[in-house]
Amino acid sequence: MSDSTEHLVKSFDTDLKQLRDMLTEMGGIVESQLAMAAQAILNRDADIAMRAVEEDPKVDALEREIEQFVIQMLALRQPMAGDLRRVVAALKITGDLERIGDYAANVAKRSVVLGQYNLPYSLAGLSHMATLVQEQLKSIMDALGNSDTAKAVEVWRSDRVVDDIYNALFRELITYMMEDPRNITPCTHLLFIAKNLERVGDHTTNIAETVYYAVEGEPIPDVRPKGDTSAYAVVRPKE
Amino acid sequence: MSMISESSEGQTASFGSAQARAKVAINPARISIDNLDFYYGDHKALKGIKLNLPDRQVTGMIGPSGCGKSTLLRVLNRMYDLYPGQRATGKVMMDDMNIIDPKVDVNALRARIGMVFQKPTPFPMTIYENIAFGVKLHERLSRSAMDDRVEWSLTRAALWGEVKDRINTSAMGLSGGQQQRLCIARTIAVRPEVILLDEPTSALDPISTLKIEELIDELKHDFTIAIVTHNMQQAARCADQVAFFYLGEMVECAPAVQIFTSPKQKRTQEYVTGRFG
Repeated sequence: MSDSTEHLVKSFDTDLKQLRDMLTEMGGIVESQLAMAAQAILNRDADIAMRAVEEDPKVDALEREIEQFVIQMLALRQPMAGDLRRVVAALKITGDLERIGDYAANVAKRSVVLGQYNLPYSLAGLSHMATLVQEQLKSIMDALGNSDTAKAVEVWRSDRVVDDIYNALFRELITYMMEDPRNITPCTHLLFIAKNLERVGDHTTNIAETVYYAVEGEPIPDVRPKGDTSAYAVVRPKE
Repeated sequence: MSMISESSEGQTASFGSAQARAKVAINPARISIDNLDFYYGDHKALKGIKLNLPDRQVTGMIGPSGCGKSTLLRVLNRMYDLYPGQRATGKVMMDDMNIIDPKVDVNALRARIGMVFQKPTPFPMTIYENIAFGVKLHERLSRSAMDDRVEWSLTRAALWGEVKDRINTSAMGLSGGQQQRLCIARTIAVRPEVILLDEPTSALDPISTLKIEELIDELKHDFTIAIVTHNMQQAARCADQVAFFYLGEMVECAPAVQIFTSPKQKRTQEYVTGRFG
């Protein structure tokens, strides 16, 4: 989120840059957490799962640091217009990133439990979903760094695909559970994992909206895509 | 039949979309400026200004030194008449009257459009006489009516409580902030329709400044106000609409919340964020 013209007060620019750097650092850690969590499920790797969980305190600490820094900037710099939007955007984005980190850690924890089960079915759908949300997170952090609103809109629209995969997974997992009650425990974990990844997509969408507003000064001119219909799904058990 | 569902999240509104709620409605114009040019001799200081001062609202005028904002205030109550070589062309309409028409009675105009300056300018008289002086030029009031008017204007200027026991002592004994409120009281004593404030708090301490700002907020219920200020936060706090001037032109005029969150013009954005140059 750079601005072409320099601020008359140089230390103001330094503060804005520091804020940007802290967000980039936080985004980087959260991206790696998500990548490790995805690997942990697919490779049944408990070590990497634990590493993803261990990153969480770092993310939380950065969130607090960014919050504090934003409050300090609001109080001491009294930013206006584009600067004000960027500073407030940082406050919102740090919250979204922290949640994404939590979801990644939760996915990693569940992967350890899943390791104890034999899964007689493919995790390809879940893997695809994990890859997609990772890509989205990376794209939106790039869009944030380059004030690239076209890219932000692209990420924002792509959440629809994640929702579609989630809905398909939801149905698929229910089918396994109905086929054999022994599938219920692992499938419930998988369902939570899928839901967590879907939520990561939602928070990424939030960040896309925030980036767009921070740069353009107006909200994304459209309604938010919302494709998760599983909350309304009705399943009729066999009589 | 069973329903399988997990916790569903409420759909969050897109960031920034609630901005509309914060936007103030701008009233119809009390003074309507159109195609106004102003010259100091050969120097053109205002170029084709088009601006409305909304009725009983505050218009903040911001911009770097020499941008024409104070010049515009001087045009609005014909202050420039006092200086040869200064002239204005265009339309500054208040009701059906073009303020800059030479036929306009300037004294009557200044009773309708009062002005308060940067530095407090109390007359070397008592507090009471400071207020009564201007009123006497325009109205004949009985002693008790004048007493009422003095109390009314000092009360409106949030000064009555502080001076009521020494109303017949010299105004020069008041603090800077009190003197400025006295000047505002003097201005509203003649019951104008429009009040022009040219950097009214630049010589005051922060507490006196806040008192004046509170006063402006109070006065806008009855008066149309235009305030020139170098303090952007002050414009943000006081004004309903803000006009940004640069090199004699009015670059952008919009509700204050828009100017300070999402200005449309690049120049405005650069100025309010401190990137001017």
